[in-house]
Amino acid sequence: MGKVIVITSGKGGVGKTTTTANLGTGLAAAGQKVCLVDTDIGLRNLDVVMGLENRIVYDLLHVVEGQCRLRQALIKDKQFGDRLVLLPAPQTREKDAVTPEQMKELMKELREEYDFVLLDSPAGIEHGFKNAVAGADAAIVVTTPEIAAVRDADRIIGLLEAAELYDPGLVINRVRPGMVRRGDMMSISDIDDILAIDILGVVPDDQDIIVSTNRGEPVVTDSKSRAGQAYRNIVRRILGEEVPLMNLQERGVMNWFKRILSGEAQ
Amino acid sequence: MFEFLSKLFGGSDGSKNRAKERLRLVLVHDRASLSPGLVEALKEELIQVITKYLDIDEDGLEVNFDKNDDSVALIANIPVKSVKRSAR
Repeated sequence: MGKVIVITSGKGGVGKTTTTANLGTGLAAAGQKVCLVDTDIGLRNLDVVMGLENRIVYDLLHVVEGQCRLRQALIKDKQFGDRLVLLPAPQTREKDAVTPEQMKELMKELREEYDFVLLDSPAGIEHGFKNAVAGADAAIVVTTPEIAAVRDADRIIGLLEAAELYDPGLVINRVRPGMVRRGDMMSISDIDDILAIDILGVVPDDQDIIVSTNRGEPVVTDSKSRAGQAYRNIVRRILGEEVPLMNLQERGVMNWFKRILSGEAQ
Repeated sequence: MFEFLSKLFGGSDGSKNRAKERLRLVLVHDRASLSPGLVEALKEELIQVITKYLDIDEDGLEVNFDKNDDSVALIANIPVKSVKRSAR
């Protein structure tokens, strides 16, 4: 019996889709059977982040309306085959074309087949969010160390509680250690003070993410990338391992040199 | 110059403290308006306590959060009809 996890944030653009793609790919790499579901109807993106956009025939709506069998709509990953599949969102239909009841039914079916089902939620707190949380057993809240993103995360945590999804895990994305060091970006402990929920992981702002997204290959499989390492750590925590949070404050000549080159150091 | 130096050496006057403070205040408001139940429950209990000592106009009682630049206050406006003689 698998676990259904919704990945949500309230605010848009904080990295929900990237997080979903990387955690899903990381879980598959760790030997789990994973299904990713894009619930952002009309604005699907998980397909391009996974590099699977050319293989879509059927989508979530075809499945819930019975126009195809579930199996036909699931797209196999390039690297992991049927151990990692994607159910894409419909791109052309109305946002309320799918109901929370239909999502619950679908999750029941997917839970039988997969160890993990990750739901990529749309931004906002309306219909799409309600669909995404309807069939979930647990939640991951993604935020960045910015005032607007943390505020929206706080709101989302309240709404998750109202939907009886308690104790979500927090992923703090796009942390810039140099700015934190200078006191110009909220640190992990600042955000922890305010939101007071379990921190599942901290992901540094990393150019590798953009490069890997350009290629349609999640960064989690890149052994040299810092962000990739951060996602691999989160995967291990999801699987129940105790992994300390990454030390983003590394100093040393090479790091200093890198910071100078990237224009981050003063 | 001083600001530059203190930033360079990890001084604590960075903009993040502003962000954190603003966030803390805005969340007091957000959380209170998100759970009207909390304010209602607070109101009920306030009435219970105050009526032990004062005769108040329960319908005229108002409880609100008032946000200023750097603080949040709980403002309760409670019309008093009379003071009980037996008040300790």
